[in-house]
Amino acid sequence: MALKVLVGCKRVIDYAVKIRIKPDKLGVVTEGVKHSMNPFDEIAVEEAMRMKERKLVNEIIVVSCGPAQAMETIRTALAMGADRGIHVEIPLDQMDTFQPLHVSKVLAKLAEKEKVDIVMLGKLAIDDDSNQTAQMTASLLDWPQGVFASKIDKTDAGLEIIREVDGGLETIRTTLPAVLSADLRLNEPRYATLPNIMKAKKKKVDKMTPADLGVDMAPRIQIVSVEDPPVREAGQTVADVDDLVAKLKEKGFSSA
Amino acid sequence: MRGVPQLLSRAKHIRVGFSASEPVLAIQAGILQPDKFTQTFVQIRGLKSSKVISQAPLTAVDIADSGKQLKQELEAIVGPGNVSSGESVVLQHGQDEGPHPGKSPDIVVFPSSTEEVSEVCKICTRHNVPIIPYGTGTGLEGGISAVEGGVCVNVSKNMNKILQIHQEDFSAVVQPGISREMLNQEVRADGLWFPVDPGADASVCGMCATGASGTNAVRYGTMKENCLNLEVVLADGRIIHTAGIGSRPKKSSAGYNLTSLFLGSEGTLGIITSATVCLHAIPESVAAAVVGFPTVQNAVDTVVMTLQCSVPMARMELLDEVQMKACNEYSGLSYPETPHLFLEFHGSESEVESQTETVRDIAADNEGGEFQWAVQQEDRTKLWTARHRAYYADIALRPGCRSLTTDVCVPVSALPDLVTATKADIAEHGLIGPMVGHVGDGNFHTMLLFDPADPEEFRKCKEVANKMARSAIALGGTCTGEHGVGQGKMALLEEQFGKDGIDVMRKIKGALDPQQLMNPGKIFSRK
Repeated sequence: MALKVLVGCKRVIDYAVKIRIKPDKLGVVTEGVKHSMNPFDEIAVEEAMRMKERKLVNEIIVVSCGPAQAMETIRTALAMGADRGIHVEIPLDQMDTFQPLHVSKVLAKLAEKEKVDIVMLGKLAIDDDSNQTAQMTASLLDWPQGVFASKIDKTDAGLEIIREVDGGLETIRTTLPAVLSADLRLNEPRYATLPNIMKAKKKKVDKMTPADLGVDMAPRIQIVSVEDPPVREAGQTVADVDDLVAKLKEKGFSSA
Repeated sequence: MRGVPQLLSRAKHIRVGFSASEPVLAIQAGILQPDKFTQTFVQIRGLKSSKVISQAPLTAVDIADSGKQLKQELEAIVGPGNVSSGESVVLQHGQDEGPHPGKSPDIVVFPSSTEEVSEVCKICTRHNVPIIPYGTGTGLEGGISAVEGGVCVNVSKNMNKILQIHQEDFSAVVQPGISREMLNQEVRADGLWFPVDPGADASVCGMCATGASGTNAVRYGTMKENCLNLEVVLADGRIIHTAGIGSRPKKSSAGYNLTSLFLGSEGTLGIITSATVCLHAIPESVAAAVVGFPTVQNAVDTVVMTLQCSVPMARMELLDEVQMKACNEYSGLSYPETPHLFLEFHGSESEVESQTETVRDIAADNEGGEFQWAVQQEDRTKLWTARHRAYYADIALRPGCRSLTTDVCVPVSALPDLVTATKADIAEHGLIGPMVGHVGDGNFHTMLLFDPADPEEFRKCKEVANKMARSAIALGGTCTGEHGVGQGKMALLEEQFGKDGIDVMRKIKGALDPQQLMNPGKIFSRK
């Protein structure tokens, strides 16, 4: 019984880029800055591919919400082996207030429309670090969730998932359909090779808007300000341990 | 005063003055470091007579002044924030990752463009001060050591852009601040990679300067096969492009092959300010394999037969039993302590499968043990862990020790004999020397461990290293396969090339760097 997987991918600023705050202090500079697929989403796509290679999955649909450039991310996922794509278009000026709740609503609607068995996401996106979308999507669909997955196996009844939690590893079993989110140690993603990049150009990508899915785009939060962390102050050299102790007392760090 | 003109040529700062009272030319020569100065007067050709007027050492103020003047001129070009003579800064810029203690330069500058590099060179030429290019400082042969002091030109800090990527032409143009891992990260989304992997995350331009190679050379070539063009700033500030301005064809018959000349010149002919390098397609399928053998001969025979079968191996690494023991202890593995081959196969799925089969059979024919192999990324990483951590595993064998890493390359057929002789030599000297080799190229490294506080042990290591290099030369090989000559192998170079060979190198150097300012004290001596 081969499963159908919907994988969510987000286009984010590349992890290696030095982030700069915009002059209006309401966001970060994104124009002309290198973007790439959210690393956790790469892991999600890879896991879907491995399940396909194990014949557990027969179709992988990749979805990305964003402006025109989100197509690059979809093409990368297609080059990794996804079968087809869905681009949910969000105008650039609405991206700042497009939040995990909106994404979850879109994914939930798509999951139902495409009749998928698994919604596979990255555990968080490295730009907003929200770690909310998988959980909210599961809740909207009323599906079980296996988040921070570091190992996923198919069982007769559904899935067995090993999760990374603070105290160690937790094993859970869920029925299908389910929402999963990929943690770092789930796998090491493959690189897109040139032959696959060429094949990806021919794969189908459908376009739609949140309105087409009946999703309300009104923002629920307002960004008040974005600021740099405080500049690190210069250190002070001390001559010896006595000097150090004296300085600590002086600054009120030690009473003894 | 016969020795005087030579003395003058070594002087780093020359001031010319005119005496108001008498029509004489007074020349004072000083060296930049305040604790070393000399002064001399020179017979001027053309003057009817000359005599020593007075001799007095330059005052510390004079020296300090000349240093200050140089610093001011440099600051005017790169900005005051990009010139430093701070103790920790110069210390860092004189010491690479090799075992030889480095000498600090006097000043470090951080230019932001090729034009600034050119102006810096012009200033140094005017002041007659040595110029030492600096990339990532990951070299192993003391290439950046400022043996005669001078100005270290750190071209990686501010010049760190990938200037062009040409996906369809499989090439990229990078500045010195781009390391090979940075380049790979940038191009992988296009299905491309830069395969020269010397281990360290070195500057790509620095890799051009040392003629670097690595584990993938057997299939993808060294830096020499993967560099199409270099932008170089000469000592006098002139900027040239070794294959033509903006040129990046796959081949060319135009003019002298200057790219080859500068590749591996270790900063002695000019400063590389950008490199046009070749990219390759990421292989569709990659498989890794590990197999052990009773002797090194068995392993090398396997390698030779594999190459003879034209199997396009991507990586063929030999680890001897001492190295395997170190890896087992360090990474918690349980390989048998015998020589092992670590292999990697690239190609389409079917190609990789058939290549693996072929090599499995050859290994079995040569007394190979269990043939472990993997395709999945994490499994391959696990299989190769031993090889990747080899250096750290070696250092862990004797905590606190450092390693003299040797680097010789011989025709593959000569490898077993050289390896056997070297291992005997290491044992005779009572040293620990694990061995790792890029067997497909006939290139191997021994990590000769020494206690930094024990000069006698270091001397023994040098003895073994030199003997190995000379044997390699005698066997038709080279004293350095990838690391470069730097300071440590200058004597060996003469043995390899003969006097006339070195003289040609000296003449070329003299033509491009008449004042002998570019990275002095490296590759070969002045005379």
